[in-house]
Amino acid sequence: MMGHPLYVLFRRDLALFLRRRQDAMAIVGFFLVAVALFPLGISPEPEILRTIAPGAVWIAALFSTVLALERLFSDDLADGTLEQQLLSSQPQNVMVLVRLAAHWLVTGLPLVLLSPVIGLQFGLHGEEVAVLALSLLLGTPVLVLLGGIGAALTAGLHGSGGLVTLLLLPLYVPVLVLGTAAVSATMTQTSPEAHLSLLGAALLAALVLAPWTAAAALRITTD
Amino acid sequence: MSDKRVQWFKFASPGNFFALVEKLLPWLWAAAIISTVAGLYIGFFVAPVDYQQGNSYRIMFIHVPAAWMSMFIYFILAVYAFITLVWRIKMADVLAVSLAPTGALFTFAALWTGALWGRPTWGAYWVWDARLTSELLLLFLYLGYMALHAAIPDRQRASRAASLLALVGVVNLPIIYFSVKWWNTLHQGASVSVSKGASMDSRMLAAMLLLSFACWMYAIAVSLTRAQAETLDRERGATWASSLAAAQAKEPEGDVETTGEVPV
Repeated sequence: MMGHPLYVLFRRDLALFLRRRQDAMAIVGFFLVAVALFPLGISPEPEILRTIAPGAVWIAALFSTVLALERLFSDDLADGTLEQQLLSSQPQNVMVLVRLAAHWLVTGLPLVLLSPVIGLQFGLHGEEVAVLALSLLLGTPVLVLLGGIGAALTAGLHGSGGLVTLLLLPLYVPVLVLGTAAVSATMTQTSPEAHLSLLGAALLAALVLAPWTAAAALRITTD
Repeated sequence: MSDKRVQWFKFASPGNFFALVEKLLPWLWAAAIISTVAGLYIGFFVAPVDYQQGNSYRIMFIHVPAAWMSMFIYFILAVYAFITLVWRIKMADVLAVSLAPTGALFTFAALWTGALWGRPTWGAYWVWDARLTSELLLLFLYLGYMALHAAIPDRQRASRAASLLALVGVVNLPIIYFSVKWWNTLHQGASVSVSKGASMDSRMLAAMLLLSFACWMYAIAVSLTRAQAETLDRERGATWASSLAAAQAKEPEGDVETTGEVPV
């Protein structure tokens, strides 16, 4: 398994993402600042903070994900690596999945790990914090997987940031709704199970369909 | 080998398509204008006043057809996107691109007329109702399609990338609709019910159907007109396009010597 090409590819992608440490740090910093703006912009009242907490954290996570997408494929496209990878004998959708997994580990997982701290800042209690983190754990991979399609479609275009946002935000709505609803349900003493199950289902569906679509998009981009 | 097959694809050739549309357009525009005038006349002067909503309900005559068209055009656009991706028929992309602005316009019209209707009826221009929110997201899907198509300089890449996006959008549209519906019932409870209860007066129905027909004809006519322009732009190097340009140049000024080349 050690020498399997896909494993090597995963190591390579992960190493490249980690070496651009400032990029990963910028995403985390953006997330923290964006979340901190909500109490400043709306109200520091504990009751209001509790109400907006799920939405604030989720919206910040959503925009952080979109922001992180910009360099997902563009560097490899610019130096021709991407075309070579697409020409290789490995299945393209699995290669895309590997890339997205490495990307999520660097840009998505930190948000999940930080979310309990932010939950406490917003006055959430034990179980609510856990559900918030769990919803992000299930939801941020979906955001990254869908984001992969947007990044693949716009790779190499000038000033694609705004475009990617426009393309992706409508697609992100269901994930946002499910994620925030799970936390809100916990707050009103109802079970978040249904929402979390649906998020899990969305994750499984995205795991199958999104890399395949993103690979098709990459073929169009490199055509 | 059979002749029927050939017939099917005859109008997928830009030149034949252009000629066909040229013949169809006067009829389509005439149908659109006549049914608009007739529908508006019945809607404003014949249909009775609603006992609950007064005269403000009359905006429904344009609102409902616009909302139907907004969704239906996106579906048709996705069908053409699929054809573009799978069979790479150039004209399918021309039609998809030509449909998008009309679809976005109808989506915007549905939202706008809905707001104007909502103010006197619900007391608010905008309610975060499931239908309104998903219609708004549909507008963003249209804008995203057009923006992506316009942002990619290479035409072939642009058409295929935007087609893929349209397909992703059409798969997501029902998911978005149901999630928004669920979100709405979770957060607000059903604040508004659009169901109008009993049946409609037949004169109201006549106005609504006539204007729906008008919207259909308008949508087809305007997107085919746009498709003609788009075809000419894309095929400006083709022989049929240059001979067409030569013929049109001759018409007004009599005997003008043309080189057979279209000015670029």
